[in-house]
Amino acid sequence: MDEILKPATEWELKSMISALAERQIPAEIIGAGSKRGVGRPVSAPIALTTAGMRGISLYEPSELVMSARAGTPLSQIEAELASRGQMLPFEPIDLGPALGAPAGIQTIGAVFATNMSGARRIALGSARDYLLGLRAVNGHGEFFKSGGRVMKNVTGYDVARGLSGSWGTLAVMSEVTFKVLPLPDDVATLIFPGLTDDLAVELMCMAVGLPFEVSGTVHLPEGLARRLKQAELRSEKKPLTAIRIENFTRSISYRKGRLKEALVAFGEPIELNLEKSLQFWSDMRRLSVLPYDATHLWRISTSPKMAPKLVDDIRRHMPVEAFYDWSGGLVWLETPASADAGTADIRRAVAIHGGHATLIRADHSVRGMVDVFQPQSPATERLTRGLKDAFDPLHLFNPGRMYASM
Amino acid sequence: MPSIELPAPDAPVLARRNEIVRDLQSLIGAQAVIADDDGRRAFETDALTAYRRMPLAVVLPSTTEEVAKVLKYCKANGIKVVARGAGTSLSGGALPSEDAIVIGVSKMNKVLEIDYENRFARVEAGITNLAISEAVGRGGFFYAPDPSSQIACTLAGNIAMNSGGAHCLKYGVTVNNVLGVKIVLIDGEIVEIGGPFLEPEGYDLLALIVGSEGQFGIVTEATVRILRAAEGARPMMIGFESSAKAGMCVARIIGSGIIPVAIEFMDRPAIKVCEEFAKAGYPLDVEALLIIEVEGSEEEISDRLAYISSIAEELSPQAIVVSSSPAQSARIWKGRKAAFGAVGRISDYYCMDGTIPLTHLPHVLEKISEICARHGLKVANIFHAGDGNLHPLVMYDANKPGETDKAEEAGAEILKLCVSVGGCLTGEHGVGIEKRDLMRVQFSDTDLAVQLRIKAIFDPDWLLNTGKVFPLDAVAAAMERRATELQRAAGTAAAA
Repeated sequence: MDEILKPATEWELKSMISALAERQIPAEIIGAGSKRGVGRPVSAPIALTTAGMRGISLYEPSELVMSARAGTPLSQIEAELASRGQMLPFEPIDLGPALGAPAGIQTIGAVFATNMSGARRIALGSARDYLLGLRAVNGHGEFFKSGGRVMKNVTGYDVARGLSGSWGTLAVMSEVTFKVLPLPDDVATLIFPGLTDDLAVELMCMAVGLPFEVSGTVHLPEGLARRLKQAELRSEKKPLTAIRIENFTRSISYRKGRLKEALVAFGEPIELNLEKSLQFWSDMRRLSVLPYDATHLWRISTSPKMAPKLVDDIRRHMPVEAFYDWSGGLVWLETPASADAGTADIRRAVAIHGGHATLIRADHSVRGMVDVFQPQSPATERLTRGLKDAFDPLHLFNPGRMYASM
Repeated sequence: MPSIELPAPDAPVLARRNEIVRDLQSLIGAQAVIADDDGRRAFETDALTAYRRMPLAVVLPSTTEEVAKVLKYCKANGIKVVARGAGTSLSGGALPSEDAIVIGVSKMNKVLEIDYENRFARVEAGITNLAISEAVGRGGFFYAPDPSSQIACTLAGNIAMNSGGAHCLKYGVTVNNVLGVKIVLIDGEIVEIGGPFLEPEGYDLLALIVGSEGQFGIVTEATVRILRAAEGARPMMIGFESSAKAGMCVARIIGSGIIPVAIEFMDRPAIKVCEEFAKAGYPLDVEALLIIEVEGSEEEISDRLAYISSIAEELSPQAIVVSSSPAQSARIWKGRKAAFGAVGRISDYYCMDGTIPLTHLPHVLEKISEICARHGLKVANIFHAGDGNLHPLVMYDANKPGETDKAEEAGAEILKLCVSVGGCLTGEHGVGIEKRDLMRVQFSDTDLAVQLRIKAIFDPDWLLNTGKVFPLDAVAAAMERRATELQRAAGTAAAA
């Protein structure tokens, strides 16, 4: 990549995109670049980063709302929120370390552009659920806004949420506005050792079906539990299934007791206090058990109860390590390096059990050969193409990143 | 006379009415087609009753395939379509036109699958909102969005309008609780989008479909997220001498780190009317009343209500009443949820739905009183305070010449005020015809063009719910622009 455009203002962003449109020059769209390796390789002579547009433009803690320029580092946003006792409820995953980039550099724009939600998704919703509005420039070189700063807003179509998860292929965001929530007073984690994947999913589904507002459920089979940073957990040398509750301290002690009673059939859990809980869930957020290496990494969305069977089906074809989040509804699957990333076997298993899969980590050459995102039905493909053409008719933004012909 | 312009009906389509009715009858059976005057009259309006139009015909399909047949026929014959759930739209979202066929989904109301372990339910979209919660209630679960009309309104309508309700402060609105839909496109194609997964695949088409006001297709089935109900819930009431203090109380509660399930606000006129109707025990000598509900175990509820009381005490409230029994809780909510009906017993009213940033509440309420007084109208204010969603009920007498116009004018001024302080035109009722001509208050022409291009992907001929959401001239301009672009593209292709 020779040249990187770095607009500092909305006006510069619009001018630069208009110039690209006029000359029909496609561009790779990035924030901090930590997720550049995700998607099909983008062939573009130029990159455009939002990283020059930074800063928090609005923060009203009593209204639970913040606006920030798209290139603002997530770390800055989270520090500012924490200083007022608040947080991003959806606990965005940091893919940086798993992709060989440093942790903590991603931008807030990229968080929404990729709709990356962490463990708390099961209780409080995803990144897109908290996106209230945005300002952006499309491939026509037009500046537009959608949504606003209020939580309830059905004025016109929900273009802002429609852009979430589009990986910079429809428009370049200049500012995002999102809802935030108070940080919990206290956190506790119950860790059940020794469960099979099936039992673990059963436990996690049961836990979120109880009225105690469980806010995180992950399962680490033994191979991944051995990679944990926390020595006392690693030394269990067993699969570990973690259940998180967050609330006021008095509620926590009550709910912990009730959960242990209800889940007694699954054995005696190890309890993590506030500090250790924060460490554990922060490691989960950074996918620290799936470090950057030569293996491939898939992200599979499915129904929780289907997850173990789906993983078993794939395991018949290749050795895998599966990290179960969202009670099993999200599987991060580490697979051996191969020319096609095991695509055929993985897609077949997903088709049988329901869901969709995205290849998150693989070499450039592999990503150029296989479908990185879930292949679409003809009808959704047509709608997808319609959206791409409506927002970016010249295919200037990240051409080919999600789908080969778009 | 109400003043919103409705497009003139298409004369050639009107002239073919008998033939069209016959075709529809042969497509899906005579019993599913309503063509007589009395039958059609039941569908001539929705909850925005000032506007009425007799539809060309009404069809009530029983299956997705029947919906597909009718849409395919309409597309082929250039006939407009208005989708309808229960007809409870307050913005005229389900208002028919004389040249349109109404497709009502109310017969499609079955629960197809309940999966407590994976926490979803799959239902036909004509099911009522409340029926979903009733169906999953046996397992201790519920479906979270709870619009006041939940006893009647359908999930299909909720999806079209992205409906909210009193409890969405904690649980979100429809878009946050729908995981997938089966939608029939205007050409009759049946498309499944999303499913029992927590994450969309590819572009978030679902986020676009939810809230598209019946302009993208007809949703016939949906997969919704169901949640385990809390151990218990209890409301409290706090009365203040001014709405400014009530607003301050809301800000302090949220700022303190508590998110109650609901924070509802009523002003003095609203309290009086609701109390007369529901005998809920509302304090009558206060200017502003907050109803705040929290959830959890008995002990947790007591803890939290005590904490909220301590915050309120600093603002010298005139009354603090904590519900002491399930019966009292039910009465407190009954009064609030019946507010629209209760006001309707004493007056015609025009229900507004703007949303504002909470910090502007005292200023906005004062201005609303001013606006209504200037038009010689009374107003009662009810709103979802936690998320700033206002429902001023502007009262008028439809039989007095000119009063309806005055109410509409006052309403438009109120909505412009909401936008001017950083809010929006509609929080949960949708744009419909009602706020169509105000869209430019909130959006630039480019903002509208961006939305209209999305409409063209789903329905390029504008057959679905025509004349709504967008100013008519913006639609005309978009269609012209599109025709030029297509022509240019065809020219380029020919040249090549």
